[in-house]
Amino acid sequence: MSAAAEALARAFAPAAEGEPAWLAERRLEGLRLFEAAGLPHTKLEDWRFTSLDALESLELEPAPEAAPVDSGLADAVRAEVGPALCALFVDGREREIPAGEAEGISLEPLTRAAGNDALGLQGRLGALADPKRRSLTALNAALFAGGASLEIAADARPERPIHLVWLQSDGAHAAHPRFAIRAGAGSRACVIEHYVSGPGARGLCNPVTEIELEPGARLDHVVVQDQSGDVFQLGALAARGERDSELRTTSVALGGRLGRWDVYGTLAGEGARLELNGLYLARARQLLDHHTTIDHAAPRTTSEESFKGILDGRGHGVFHGRIHVRPDAQQIEAAQTHRSLLLSDQARINAKPQLEIYADDVRCSHGATVGQLDVDQLFYLRARGLTLARARALLTFGFAREICERIPLAPLREALERRVLNWLPAGDDA
Amino acid sequence: MSPSQEIEKLAEREYEHGFVTAIESDTVAPGLDEATVRLISEKKGEPEWLLDWRLRAYRRWTEMREEDARWAKVAFPPIDYQAISYYSAPKPKKQLESMDEVDPEVRATFEKLGIPLQEQKMLSGVAVDAVFDSVSVATTFREKLAEKGILFCPFSEAVKDHPELVRKYLGSVVPYSDNFFATLNSAVFTDGSFVYVPPGVRCPMELSTYFRINEANTGQFERTLIVADEGSYVSYLEGCTAPMRDENQLHAAVVELVALEGAQIKYSTVQNWYPGDKQGKGWIYNFVTKRGACRGRRSKISWTQVETGSAITWKYPSCILQGEESVGEFYSVAVTNNRQQADTGTKMVHIGKNTSSTIVSKGISAGHGQQTYRGLVEVNRKATGARNFSQCDSLLIGDRCGAHTFPYIESRNASAKIEHEATTSRLADDQLFYCRQRGIDTEDAVALLVNGFCKEVFRELPMEFAVEASKLLEVTLEGAVG
Repeated sequence: MSAAAEALARAFAPAAEGEPAWLAERRLEGLRLFEAAGLPHTKLEDWRFTSLDALESLELEPAPEAAPVDSGLADAVRAEVGPALCALFVDGREREIPAGEAEGISLEPLTRAAGNDALGLQGRLGALADPKRRSLTALNAALFAGGASLEIAADARPERPIHLVWLQSDGAHAAHPRFAIRAGAGSRACVIEHYVSGPGARGLCNPVTEIELEPGARLDHVVVQDQSGDVFQLGALAARGERDSELRTTSVALGGRLGRWDVYGTLAGEGARLELNGLYLARARQLLDHHTTIDHAAPRTTSEESFKGILDGRGHGVFHGRIHVRPDAQQIEAAQTHRSLLLSDQARINAKPQLEIYADDVRCSHGATVGQLDVDQLFYLRARGLTLARARALLTFGFAREICERIPLAPLREALERRVLNWLPAGDDA
Repeated sequence: MSPSQEIEKLAEREYEHGFVTAIESDTVAPGLDEATVRLISEKKGEPEWLLDWRLRAYRRWTEMREEDARWAKVAFPPIDYQAISYYSAPKPKKQLESMDEVDPEVRATFEKLGIPLQEQKMLSGVAVDAVFDSVSVATTFREKLAEKGILFCPFSEAVKDHPELVRKYLGSVVPYSDNFFATLNSAVFTDGSFVYVPPGVRCPMELSTYFRINEANTGQFERTLIVADEGSYVSYLEGCTAPMRDENQLHAAVVELVALEGAQIKYSTVQNWYPGDKQGKGWIYNFVTKRGACRGRRSKISWTQVETGSAITWKYPSCILQGEESVGEFYSVAVTNNRQQADTGTKMVHIGKNTSSTIVSKGISAGHGQQTYRGLVEVNRKATGARNFSQCDSLLIGDRCGAHTFPYIESRNASAKIEHEATTSRLADDQLFYCRQRGIDTEDAVALLVNGFCKEVFRELPMEFAVEASKLLEVTLEGAVG
C-alpha cells in the first residue's frame, strides 16, 4: 500500500459507542478490502487517465470531530437553494438536522439510524455501493462518521426540497460522507446535495450516496460539487430503481483539484427510468472525471444520459459512460450523449462512451463530440456587434445552460447559471 | 419456411470451403526457441540483419505475456505456443516459369474456392500473388507491373532482391516490440507480400493475394509491407478462406503500410476463415496487427474490411496521420454468428495539422455471436484543425447475441472536431413486414435490409470484392431473422 493509503487506513478506529455489532463488522470488512486493494492507480482501466499520485504528497489526517466552520459559506449555499429542509454536515458528521416528520420525511445521522432495526439498514447499507467493486467505497464503509439516512415515506410529497450541505473543514483532512436514501413507493421528492469547502481546505472528500427507489417513487436529485481548488473529491453514487420508479440526477461539478464521480445506476424493475445529466467545468490544472454505468436489468426500462464538459486552461476532462443491457432485458431504450468543448490548446479530453448489449429488442445509442465553438455562430454574433470575447462567452454559456435547465428548482438553477457565467473566461465582460 | 427453421438451417450450414488438399509439405516440428527462428531464417536464406531483427523480436517476445494482450472482449482457452509448428512450405518441385507449371492440386484447390487464377488473369485483370500456406507459389502479372516499376512479390523474394527497401521500411510502422502477437510474428514470419509503387505511378490494376491456411497445426504468420512512394496510388485486395480443421489454428499477421507525400493506399480485406462448427471445434484465431502510416503531406490510407469468418477476430487496422492534411479511413462490416467473437475497430492517430479521418463500422451479430467495436481517435496537441467522424452501428439478430461499442476519444487540441455516434438495434420488424407485404420472401428481405445496412461500407470495396462480399454476407446471414 502507498503511504497515503496507509495514512488513510490508520484512521480506522473500532466502532464508536452505540453502533450495532453488524456495522462494526462492515467497517472491518471495508478496511480489509481497502487494505487489499489500496488506492486506485492508473494501471486500472477505469483509472487510466486519473492519477491519484498528487494525493501522496498530502499528509492526510482524519477530520477532527468538531472542526470550526465558516457559517457564511453554509449560509451562502443555503441562500442558493431557497426555502428547503436543510441539514448541515461537517466532514461527514451531522451539525444541524431539521425535523421533517410532518412532511413524511425522516432524516437522521446514519450511525443512529443503523441501530433502528425497523429501517433494515443492515441489509441495505453497502448493498448498492458494493465495497468489493471500488476500494474507495470500501474505505468509506470503514471510516464514515455520522452520515445521513433519509427515509421518504410511501406516497409522501414533501413540499420543500431536502437540502444536504456537506462541508469539508479547512486543513488536509480526509472525510468520508455517507448518505443512504430510500424513496418510498409512490413518493415524490427533491434532494439536493452540496459538497463545498472554504479556501483553506485541501484534503480528501470521499462521499458515497446510495439511493433506493421503491415502486412508483420519483426522485429529483441534484449534486453540486463546488469544493475549493485544493480538494480531492472522489465520490460515488449507487442507485437502484424498482418498477415504474424514476430517478433524475443532475450533477454540476465546478470545483476541486481533482474530481471523480462514479455512478452506478441499476434499473431493476419494469418501467423504471433513469435520467442522468452532468455538467463539468475544468480549468487551470483541474481534472474532472465522470464514470457512469447504467445497468438495464429489467425489460421495458429507459435511460437517458447527457453530459457536457467545458475545458479551459490545462483543464482535463474524462468521461466514461457505460450502458449495459442484460440478456432478456428486452424493449430497452437507452440514449447517451457526451459533448465537450475545448477552449484552450492545453485542455484535454478523454471520452469513452460504451455500449454492452446482450438483448436484441433494444434501441440504444450514444453520441460523443469534441469540438470548439462554431465559427459561423461566432461570426453571426460578431456581425451583430458583439466582441469576440462576448460572443464566445455567450455561446459557451448556451452550451452549458442546456444541462442547467434540467435542474428542477428555479433558485438553484439561476444560481448555478450565474456561477457558470462567472466561470467563463470572459464572463465578467459578458 | 418459418423464421426458426431458417435460423436452424443457417446454424447447421457447413463451412463451404472446408476441404483439405493433399500436398506433400515441408513442415518443421512444433516448438519455438531461438533455434526455430534461426532455422526459419536459414530456410529462407535470409541476410544477417533480418535474422538479428527476428532474434531481437523473439527475445522481446519471451519477456511478454499473453495475458497482457487479453484486454479484448474475447474469450479463448490458453494457446500452447510450443505445440505450433512455425514453418510449413509446399516442397518446391522446380522453378516455376508460368501458370501451367503450378502444382495441379494447388490449382484445383483454387478452382474449388472460386479463384481460377487463369480466368482472373484473362478476364478481370487482377494480378494474383497466391500465398499457399506460407510460401508463395505463383505470381502473375509481374512483367506488366514491372514495366511501370512496381514491385509486387513474395516477401522473401523482396528480401533477396530489394533488401534496401525492406530494411528501410520493415518494422517502421509496426515495431517488432509492438504487441504480443506482432512480436511473435516478427520472430517467426514465413512469408507474405511486398509492394512498392514508385513515385508518381498509379498502379494499373488491383493487386490481390489470397491466403489459405492448409497445413494442420501450422500457425500462419504473414508479413505484408506496402510502400507507396510520392504521388503514387495502389489498391490492394486481401481475401482469405481456409479448409475445415479440428485443431485450433493461430493466425497472427502483420500488415504495414507506408504512404509518402501525396500517395494513396487502399487496402481491402474479405476474411472468411473457418469459424468453427456449432460446438466451436476447428476454430481459427485471427490476431492481426494492421497499421498504416501517412508519412507525407496529403497522403491517404483507406482500410475496408468485410469480416465474416474466424472464431476470434482481433484486429484494429489503424492510421497514423503524420503528414499534414493526410486522410485516414476505415470502413468495416463484421458478422459474428454461432459462437464467433470479434473485437475489431480502428485507431486514428492525428499528429499532423488538418488531418482528417472517417470511421464507418457496421456490426452484425447473430446466434451466440459476440461483437465489439473498439476504436481510438487520438488528437495530439499539434494536430490543429483535425477532424474525425465516426459511426458505429450494430444490428442484432436473435436474442442470444451481443453487440458492444468501446470508442476511446482523446483530444488535446482545442481546434479539433470529433464526432462519434453509435446505435444498436435489431432488424426492424416493420421494414421486414413492408418487404414481405410486397411479395418479397423473408430470406430476400433480410438480405436486402442487411445489405442496405452495410451499403456505406460495400460501396468502398473494389468491384471485384463487392460481389464476393455480398455473397459472403448472404451465405452467413440469409434467413437468420424472423
